[in-house]
Amino acid sequence: MALEKPYQDVPGTTIFDAEQSRKGYWLNQFCMSLMKAENRARFKADEAAYLDGWPMTDAQRAAVRARDLNECIRLGGNIYFLAKLGATDGRSFQQMAGSMTGMTETEYREMMLRGGRSIEGNRFVGEDGDAQAHRQPQGAAGKTADTET
Amino acid sequence: MARVTASVYTSHVPAIGAALDQGKSDEPYWRPLFRGYDFSKSWLAEQRPDVVFLVYNDHATAFSLDLIPTFALGMGERFDPADEGWGPRPVPPVFGHPGLAAHIAQSVIQQDFDLTLVNRMDVDHGLTVPLSLMCAGPQGADPAWPFKVIPFAVNVVQYPVPSGRRCFQLGQAIRRAVETFDEDLDVQIWGTGGMSHQLQGPRAGLINREWDNAWMDQLIADPAACSRVPHIDYVREAGSEGIELVMWLIARGAMADVAGGAAPKVAHRFHHVPCSNTAVGHLILEDT
Repeated sequence: MALEKPYQDVPGTTIFDAEQSRKGYWLNQFCMSLMKAENRARFKADEAAYLDGWPMTDAQRAAVRARDLNECIRLGGNIYFLAKLGATDGRSFQQMAGSMTGMTETEYREMMLRGGRSIEGNRFVGEDGDAQAHRQPQGAAGKTADTET
Repeated sequence: MARVTASVYTSHVPAIGAALDQGKSDEPYWRPLFRGYDFSKSWLAEQRPDVVFLVYNDHATAFSLDLIPTFALGMGERFDPADEGWGPRPVPPVFGHPGLAAHIAQSVIQQDFDLTLVNRMDVDHGLTVPLSLMCAGPQGADPAWPFKVIPFAVNVVQYPVPSGRRCFQLGQAIRRAVETFDEDLDVQIWGTGGMSHQLQGPRAGLINREWDNAWMDQLIADPAACSRVPHIDYVREAGSEGIELVMWLIARGAMADVAGGAAPKVAHRFHHVPCSNTAVGHLILEDT
């Protein structure tokens, strides 16, 4: 019997539940390994070789290489673990969070200074708020990336 | 006998620690936030608690996915600030109160809460940022924090996390435990985390000032009703990381009115947006 997961209709949001946690076990443990300076150095020297040492899926490895945090989260990653990857790259939590919205760092920072993202239209999938699937990407960073690919 | 004298509630955003450690607290971005704690610093210096029971969550620091306890009670003599990937914060280590912690373990587990007892763990920004916000004087590695700290880590990272109701009941059990400890100690209980924030996905950056304040109103006036707010309301209204607020209910459950006493005095209340990705909330309740 499927258990109740009422959080699946929240737009732009993945809840790190036991099922996601199981899926992302090695991805997140790889991230934890980056808390040690020697591992950070080995990872930076040869990302592919370092990632091969962890029994992750190829999709997880590719998402890490691309620093695609939305994809990492979809594949079982959790933001507090992924923050170790961000720290290795010298990025703050605000830079990491902003990177998942398609906004530039400046655009995201300005949104926060204006009081943050509004809840209006962003409570349920199917409304018209800026976090809804049909309104992605939200900013210039995402649009540039789209043009490039 | 030991007694619970007050409860303190505050966000524990890591950027606050970074701002303090890098000497940025007088910059225009940060000044309004730290002003909100000016009262709190002098209040705490006057109160001089012997022990702070500090409820926080670990952010993939001491606990990896190898093992995540739902409720972890720090039993040790000493807990060091963790290296979260940016180097350890230059703040003093935390000295615990093993005697009171052992007594709380004995009492609270016998009241049907299955705590995990931890003798060794490093403590991350979830614990050290509230101390930095509340304690006056120079930070840095010396002098030591002015009281003993019992760390109490709650899992709010891997769902399902404990319900608000469970946290509220746990706070009541902790009060009963403290009140049966024979030493003459003033104990404060702090609940940390929140308020509205979301750190992931296209909805990152969500802030809901109106919900935060209504939730705080209810936490003060009708904590039993507040404890029945379901997880989904936190996620939907306050963001996926807003769920940290269930930890405030542990501190609220430990206040006298919940045990049949008088309503607490609201000594201080503060809300500020933004702090990095987060809405900062802060509250001080005194038992009267």
